[in-house]
Amino acid sequence: MSEPSQDRKSRRVTEPNLLFESSSPGRNSIVWPAEAGDAAALIPPALLRDDIAGFPELGELEVLRHFTRLSQRNFAIESQFYPLGSCTMKYNPKINEVVARFPGFAEIHPLAPPGMLQGALALLHGLEIMLAEISGMEYVSLQPSAGAQGELTGLMLIRAYLADRGNPRRKIIVPDTAHGTNPASSTLCGYEVIQISSNDHGVIDATAVARVTDEEVAAIMITNPNTLGLFESNIEAIAEVVHGKGGLVYLDGANLNALMGIAKPGHMGVDVLHMNLHKTFSTPHGGGGPGAGPVAVNGQLRDYLPVPRLVKQGDRFELLEDAPKSVGRVRSYFGNFGVLVRAYTYILSLGGDGLEQASRMALLNANYIRRRLEKSYQIAFDEPCMHECIFTDRIQHKNGVSTLDIAKRLLDYGYHPPTIYFPLVVSGALMIEPTETETPETLDGFVDAMLAIAREAKEEPELVQQAPHSTPVRRLDEARAARKPVLRWERGSSAADS
Amino acid sequence: MRYTPHTPADQERMLKTIGVASIDGLFEHVPKSLRERAKINLPDGLTELAVRQQLAALASQNATAGDWSLFLGGGVYRHFIPSAVDAMISRSEFSTSYTPYQPEVSQGTLQALFEYQTLICQLTGMEVSNAAVYDGASAAAEAVLMARRIQPTGRRRVLVSRALHPHYRAVIATYVKNLIDVRLEEIPFDGTGGTDIAALTERLDDQSMCVLVGYPNFFGIVEDLAPIKSACARAGAQLIAVTSEPLAFGLLKPPGEFAVDIAVGEGQSLGVPMNLGGPAFGFFACQKKFVRNIPGRLVGETVDSDGRRGFVLTLATREQHIRREKATSNICTSQTLCALAATVYLSLMGKSGMRRVAEVNVARAHEAKARLIEQAKLEPVFSGPFFNEFVLRGNDLNQVFTRSAKSKIVPGIRLEQWYPELTDCFLSCVTEMNERQEIDRLVRTIAG
Repeated sequence: MSEPSQDRKSRRVTEPNLLFESSSPGRNSIVWPAEAGDAAALIPPALLRDDIAGFPELGELEVLRHFTRLSQRNFAIESQFYPLGSCTMKYNPKINEVVARFPGFAEIHPLAPPGMLQGALALLHGLEIMLAEISGMEYVSLQPSAGAQGELTGLMLIRAYLADRGNPRRKIIVPDTAHGTNPASSTLCGYEVIQISSNDHGVIDATAVARVTDEEVAAIMITNPNTLGLFESNIEAIAEVVHGKGGLVYLDGANLNALMGIAKPGHMGVDVLHMNLHKTFSTPHGGGGPGAGPVAVNGQLRDYLPVPRLVKQGDRFELLEDAPKSVGRVRSYFGNFGVLVRAYTYILSLGGDGLEQASRMALLNANYIRRRLEKSYQIAFDEPCMHECIFTDRIQHKNGVSTLDIAKRLLDYGYHPPTIYFPLVVSGALMIEPTETETPETLDGFVDAMLAIAREAKEEPELVQQAPHSTPVRRLDEARAARKPVLRWERGSSAADS
Repeated sequence: MRYTPHTPADQERMLKTIGVASIDGLFEHVPKSLRERAKINLPDGLTELAVRQQLAALASQNATAGDWSLFLGGGVYRHFIPSAVDAMISRSEFSTSYTPYQPEVSQGTLQALFEYQTLICQLTGMEVSNAAVYDGASAAAEAVLMARRIQPTGRRRVLVSRALHPHYRAVIATYVKNLIDVRLEEIPFDGTGGTDIAALTERLDDQSMCVLVGYPNFFGIVEDLAPIKSACARAGAQLIAVTSEPLAFGLLKPPGEFAVDIAVGEGQSLGVPMNLGGPAFGFFACQKKFVRNIPGRLVGETVDSDGRRGFVLTLATREQHIRREKATSNICTSQTLCALAATVYLSLMGKSGMRRVAEVNVARAHEAKARLIEQAKLEPVFSGPFFNEFVLRGNDLNQVFTRSAKSKIVPGIRLEQWYPELTDCFLSCVTEMNERQEIDRLVRTIAG
């Protein structure tokens, strides 16, 4: 075990122990009922274990202090501006958290008879209807646990629908700007991926689509606005091309936060759509989940939606498990219900008018940043942006300063960096999505930091290249982590020892 | 409510900077045919008070575990959760951060996930754990896909125990449906309630890819994995242990000690409320030699440029954002906040707490089962050892359940919806949350 390193000026221990290193044999705060007799005698000895080797033994205060200190080593929306592109890091309202913890939502069992869950089912039904209205689609399934599972479900629907018509087909068209999950989901669904390039204006041409579309194309997957923050203005024509050959249009709704009240996917010729409730509908990202990725479809795909299907019979809600054309189950029970409760609460809070206002202000904030930065950073595509804008490091690169350096230097200024090096088609991309919940003062602070870094890149490039200087740890050796993976604690295993 | 802070003066100033006359001017390039039909036809926004009241009204229509005596398990369990768990995961530094792509300012989440991975390894007896997946069902499906990456193309028969959770079996079927090389086959259960080992042995051959067995299984039965592992090893098939009640590992020999290849399951039991079945998380562990085939996020230890210990997401070359169509999985979340809840929970429970709570579950479930048989005249169905769930048969279950409901009791889960062969049978679950008086009431009510 390594000695905790000390900040020599403040004498503060800056490096927390792992739980296991603070453990002390016999220490514990929780008291259990004394009963139980010899429970171990009720299970055959061959199926019993010894004590869990290495497991922590700590008091409650130590545990709390440990995790509180860990939390202080995170950036988060409530402490920092977090303009992470394509992630929609908007404010996560507190009311959502309060409601999701109501015992009537948190303390209910999924296999209780539906008659005991009518309030929960009414909420789910209501959310399906609201998401259909917002997206302009006809039917919604709330089952998928996350955007990527929504995508997979959407592709399965497409495959089942086409197979029913005689041929599931072989190929999915995916633009080069797509999220990596699009091609990964396609493969998992048994499809071959055909990649197409965006044009000089950062969008897809219908003619480019027409060139690769034949009777073996099952669908095109489009993100709109795309990951360059641009509206795919040819989408109606693209849909016509693909539909003309009997294929379908899948819309990756990751960027739906740009569209509410501005354009509905259901009107663009889209057949299948997934939405990320943890983006557009304000549910917390939780450091990487849980999210929720509902799938919406138009009428012709309804019968293929996953089970269980929620149906209203008179005043009662029932769950239909038996749907012969359905793709089946994609997860246990009814989706990430706690996340769905938060999204429902958010939509109710904002209302139709508030959702429209949210998208409008998201566009205002993104365009404002774009305009204020465009003289100091190279804009990737000189087109009007939607909810996010993409810059590159081309100007700073002349002084040896890269996108990674700029991102790390932003940490010293107290801002979470934008998404970097994505989309892959833009060299050294910096993808900035401010969201609508930020004030212009916050945006100005961020812009000033970016402008200061642009100056530093010219005058003092090494200051930027060696950043961050003020974070709990400095740049980490990722190559070492991958070369000799240490994926768990074991006594005497710490990488810092060697 | 409005979470957009812009005043009219703000908007005016910003539009001026942008050089556009109005907000509408920001999206004039969106085709008019779309814009003019885009209005959202939903009621206007509400006050926070009104929202809270509406949601409270919906919540009140659900039967909660506090008001009812629920003897329900089946993959989702009501266990005691120390207050400190929610206090920690409610900290906005954890809940409102994103996937730790910038490790210098994500050490909190990264270290917690590293600790999570360690705890899961210790609990399951496995060598490597990822940073969690969606749920137990998709974890089982991902395990099958992982076995497919490891095993040669000649091995594509997947043998699934019929005593595995029906939802998990359904999700596996959904995931492999479009992989035409994979064949799913079901192995029956026997009178013990465990997988029929003779049938399994007979079906295993040189085309078998993997075997999936519940541990404990859907009927609560603790199957002896030793003979199953031997049979798998002889045939060259991988063994995947699937668990929806990992609390049992406080007492039971963990899957790693049976040398299973992959151990997966649902983590809800470990500090996450029932939430109507989600969100919780799926745990995913395997032998070290398979680490480069594992799906999902992995956190690894390393050092920073000053030599200090730190943590990063690692082995990302398996993942979709780099490998795209060649990725090991399309997953890009780790249900992190739920995995964090489990990390805090397990830290508080500690070595002795995990054993004690498992013992209380075993003791109460055994007592309840014995009394329901003796005093309420229900019949046992399976003979195998069990953890905190058991199957009973009764005449006229409709009447039993109706009478129980009048006393605000749900005795269990009816099984015929998934197992036509188990008509008149139900699966009952007793945990440390079901106090002795509650068990008394259950027995009295059913006995009539």
